[in-house]
Amino acid sequence: MSVEKLKEKHRLLAQFQYIPGKVEKGYANRTLYVNLSENRIAEKPVSQEMKEKFIGGRGFGLKLLWDGVTGNTKWDDPENEIIIAPGPIAGITQYPGAGKSYVVSLSPLTHTVIDSNVGGYFGSLLKFSGFDALEIQGKAEQDVIVFIDGVNGTVAIEEASQAVVNSHILVEQLTEMYAANEEDKVNVSVVSTGAAAEHTLIGMLNFSFYDKRRKAVRIKQAGRGGIGTVFRNKKIKALVVRGPRIKGDLNHPADKTLLDKAGIKLHKEIATLDNSQNKMRIGGTTYLTKIMNDYDILPVNNFKFGSHPAANNIASDAFIKYFNLTGHDGCWYGCTLSCAKAINAFELKTGPYKGQKVLVDGPEYETVAGVGSVCGIFDPEYIIENNFYCDTYGIDTISFGTIMAFLMECYENGIINKEITGGLELNFGNGEAAMEVLHQMARGEGFGKIAGLGVRRLKKLFVEEYGADPAFLEDIGMEVKGLEYSIYLPKESLAQQGGYGLTNKGPQHDEAWLIFMDMVNNQIPTFEDKAEALHYFPMFRTWFSLNGLCKLPWNDIVPANNRTTAEPAKIPEHVQNYVDLFNGVTGMNITKEDLITQSERVYNFQRVFNLRMGFGTREHDQVPYRSMGPVTVEEYESRQERYDKQLKEKVGFDPEGKTTEEKIAVLRKYREDQYQKLCDAVYKRRGWTENAVPKLETLERLGMDFPEVVEVVKKYL
Amino acid sequence: MKRLAQKVEFCTACQLCEDLCSKTYFKEENREKSSIRIEIGEKGGSSIIACTQCGVCMEICPAQAIYQDKNGIIRIKKELCVGCFACVGFCPEGAMFQHHEYLEPFKCVACGICTKQCPTGAIFIEEVS
Repeated sequence: MSVEKLKEKHRLLAQFQYIPGKVEKGYANRTLYVNLSENRIAEKPVSQEMKEKFIGGRGFGLKLLWDGVTGNTKWDDPENEIIIAPGPIAGITQYPGAGKSYVVSLSPLTHTVIDSNVGGYFGSLLKFSGFDALEIQGKAEQDVIVFIDGVNGTVAIEEASQAVVNSHILVEQLTEMYAANEEDKVNVSVVSTGAAAEHTLIGMLNFSFYDKRRKAVRIKQAGRGGIGTVFRNKKIKALVVRGPRIKGDLNHPADKTLLDKAGIKLHKEIATLDNSQNKMRIGGTTYLTKIMNDYDILPVNNFKFGSHPAANNIASDAFIKYFNLTGHDGCWYGCTLSCAKAINAFELKTGPYKGQKVLVDGPEYETVAGVGSVCGIFDPEYIIENNFYCDTYGIDTISFGTIMAFLMECYENGIINKEITGGLELNFGNGEAAMEVLHQMARGEGFGKIAGLGVRRLKKLFVEEYGADPAFLEDIGMEVKGLEYSIYLPKESLAQQGGYGLTNKGPQHDEAWLIFMDMVNNQIPTFEDKAEALHYFPMFRTWFSLNGLCKLPWNDIVPANNRTTAEPAKIPEHVQNYVDLFNGVTGMNITKEDLITQSERVYNFQRVFNLRMGFGTREHDQVPYRSMGPVTVEEYESRQERYDKQLKEKVGFDPEGKTTEEKIAVLRKYREDQYQKLCDAVYKRRGWTENAVPKLETLERLGMDFPEVVEVVKKYL
Repeated sequence: MKRLAQKVEFCTACQLCEDLCSKTYFKEENREKSSIRIEIGEKGGSSIIACTQCGVCMEICPAQAIYQDKNGIIRIKKELCVGCFACVGFCPEGAMFQHHEYLEPFKCVACGICTKQCPTGAIFIEEVS
């Protein structure tokens, strides 16, 4: 069907008119509210207090969601919301990595609040269309598209039952449909998911942008926490924004010279140093695979091991040969770090699009290791194909990989068998079977539908239905809070075990990545050092999410003299850049210390939000033993020399003549005890009780002692 | 194609070229707005910085706002430029310039106005194939 015919089939359910207005110092000063149950569209003002306390991005998302739901709201209740917000710095073109959107919702995986970040143009175009956030509540009766026309000042809910659901087709169609002409395509961005988001709990969202050089629509993913599942549960097919033409001053920054200076300085750094540092411009984040393998932290076979002889097959070179036009792969204007790689005309070998040549966005490191090494698969073409289908079906590659790896270990241990999997031989390394599970997820049938429940629910199911040993599944099921682990092996870094466990949303590395500081460079040896790092870095990284920024240009490129600074891990010069960007846009005058305080406010609020939903205490910060140490004899013996040495030197236990089982037990006791001590130290540093609850004095210090927040916390004090 | 060429040994660093350039394109004598820059070294020698029309900026531009005209001159389509200044950071000659009063960068288009008044012939327009 032609695009014109498809458009004719859209039926207008509601329309709202507004005056697009002007962004001032990074803020549009209003948010857009869309209720799909009532077909109601409205705008809400943004108060000064909201800006001071919540800044923007994830902060605005959390604030709006808090107001929209209660402690009893379930993820699939109509009152659950999806909020997309960019943040005050988002949309500047001068500094790399300034086009991120943050998405907040109640997660079907964790049953509490989730946030996920994503590139693409949607957030910035939304703001320049007049809104600091888009808040969607309710459920539509039929599939709908929400279209925000920031040029003409209209918002419409359109019924669109005929539109396809899979993203790679839908984003092309909608970009064509809603752009005024070819030149206008860069001003259109689409949010969509895919067929598998309807049948699993690990659905994600694709955010599009038009790639002028490739003349194709590209997609970036808000992967974590199942927000795509919420999206389809609300019967949303797509959100479309059409914004104004982008210029360098659409944020009307208070002092643009600060942005110009910081940006040009970083562009120069990238131009001169990227090639000798991470070669992001050539290979994106795929450079990480080799490093992780070299340091024994590349998850292999469900996080049993940290390296594999075949890992070279999926190192960056294996993908660079597929990437084309690599010099300008920014997911927003001005990102010269250019990590958003793409593969043109990849011929698919499986599934409904078999034989077609498609454009594949990525793969990035997390996908390479997630659908690859952690499942014992070292075939680049499998990884590319899986990446494509995960994207178009709306599946988070990280959760998919970690789930498959768990299933493979269960299969190899006889917990599940061919009868249960519907004939699939789910041994580690079987890419063909894993692909079939993915296609089943999209079709909503067979074992794929079961796999899509996620590791937490699978553990329960296997215990209840198949008599599996619950203790073993708790040890090897790589999830915390219901969210699957992202793809780094934290066994040998206590700080990173905390970096995953002591998070608000679950084990995702965007809060803290401390493995090198801790394990490789030994820069944070004491509990207090680790606690300080687990305070500072999560707060610092949270700040990106408040402002619409990407983390990568902070430390995936560093100034030539960074090593000689007082605190190289913080990249002090880049921290100052961020202070300048914030002050340059908003006209405020914050310091680098204020930056941390801004994050603390939102971070503590999010912790209280977890408490409000019935989670958030110490027990929810506990991690599976697989992330702390060797669960099985096979694991221990694969690194016996390392573990024996630790028993001798750290535990004071002589391993000589002991069985592996005895040694595992002693090491486990030691490591579990270390983790509890870490929890104590971190909670203390964060101003929380031993039960991980923010103290009243902490909330007061931060000015976050709103009555309804205090009411929640008091129940736990 | 034509481009601005130089014999730096003749340059006396009078900086007349900078004034002429900024006056022509921005109506004021202000070297910060000139597309040719004379950098005076510590030992008195100078270097002349101006676009060599190499086209690296064209490759880096995310908005495809930079193009090569039929005479080989690299030019900026202001209406397409998003003002990211990636071209400024990536120019191998340091010859793409930016000034905080403007949203777009600027560069030498080999118009030759400065060369006509250079007292020593240190800068001139050359034809290259």
